[in-house]
Amino acid sequence: MSSFLDFIDSPLALPARRRFIGHGLMLSGAAVALLVGNEALAATGGKATEDDVRILNTALGAELEAIAAYQVGAETGLLQKPVLDLAVTFQGHHKEHAATLSKTIATLGGKPVAAKAKYTFPTDKLKSQEDVLRFAASLEKGAVSAYLGAIPVFGNRDLAKAAASILGDEAMHWAILRNAVGEVPVPSAFVS
Amino acid sequence: MKAARALALVALASAAAIAHGAGRDPRRGEEIYSRCLACHALAYDRTGPRHCGLFGRRAGSVAGFAYSDAMKRSNIAWNAKTLDRFIADPLKTVPGTTMGYAGVKDARERGDLIAYLESAGKSEECRKAR
Repeated sequence: MSSFLDFIDSPLALPARRRFIGHGLMLSGAAVALLVGNEALAATGGKATEDDVRILNTALGAELEAIAAYQVGAETGLLQKPVLDLAVTFQGHHKEHAATLSKTIATLGGKPVAAKAKYTFPTDKLKSQEDVLRFAASLEKGAVSAYLGAIPVFGNRDLAKAAASILGDEAMHWAILRNAVGEVPVPSAFVS
Repeated sequence: MKAARALALVALASAAAIAHGAGRDPRRGEEIYSRCLACHALAYDRTGPRHCGLFGRRAGSVAGFAYSDAMKRSNIAWNAKTLDRFIADPLKTVPGTTMGYAGVKDARERGDLIAYLESAGKSEECRKAR
């Protein structure tokens, strides 16, 4: 997903970027298709709306919380290698999601939410490695459902596609965490 | 003919019972609630506000939670009926909400979810959270 917004740093893209900013939130399909690095979709992407920015910001808020949750999990001292390494890897994915979402929101003219100074987690219930993994799995499952529920309501289909890409990653996290606690990794043919 | 009429009456009665909450299953609702866990928790605020104390609460009224202006202005009091409408299509029910979610489209799933939220509101976890 790092290519999602590569155009921002490209001198060739600067004139186009100025046009986007000038038009505020209602970007053309072509503009947002450029954001996701796929000009072939320019004719079909549709407009990004204020709703799209709100959806992205809600997703960003959840990603920032997930980063904090993995940090808390890692700092409990309950995770043993190689599970600890896995948790740190997953946290890194969430950091990448958050960075991409944040840049996209800003490029669309919105204001990305910042990480909260303090998050609340049920740390009193985290007594073992399994507790931490089950908690992480519940967040990942929720994230899959959240992206699944967001994808149909994006005005711009390229943003929906990008969200689907994140959904896929978080579904893999969920499956591996389920497997780590001895549950069937993929419990059904569909997610909801 | 009598049998068909009787079946139709049973079907109507069943539909009415579902509409009034009979047959809603909070255990199934708890499973559906797992879809909400990216953003919500019962006892504390996350990306979305806490659900303890939800029934009877006015939308946008949890102290310290950063609601959208749309939610604060929605003039909704949460009950089974308003929750059903909102959960079915959040963006249509409260345009401008930050809950960018297509909604739970299945009426039975919504009923089960609302039954769980109502039941969870009376749980020890929610009593402690007051």
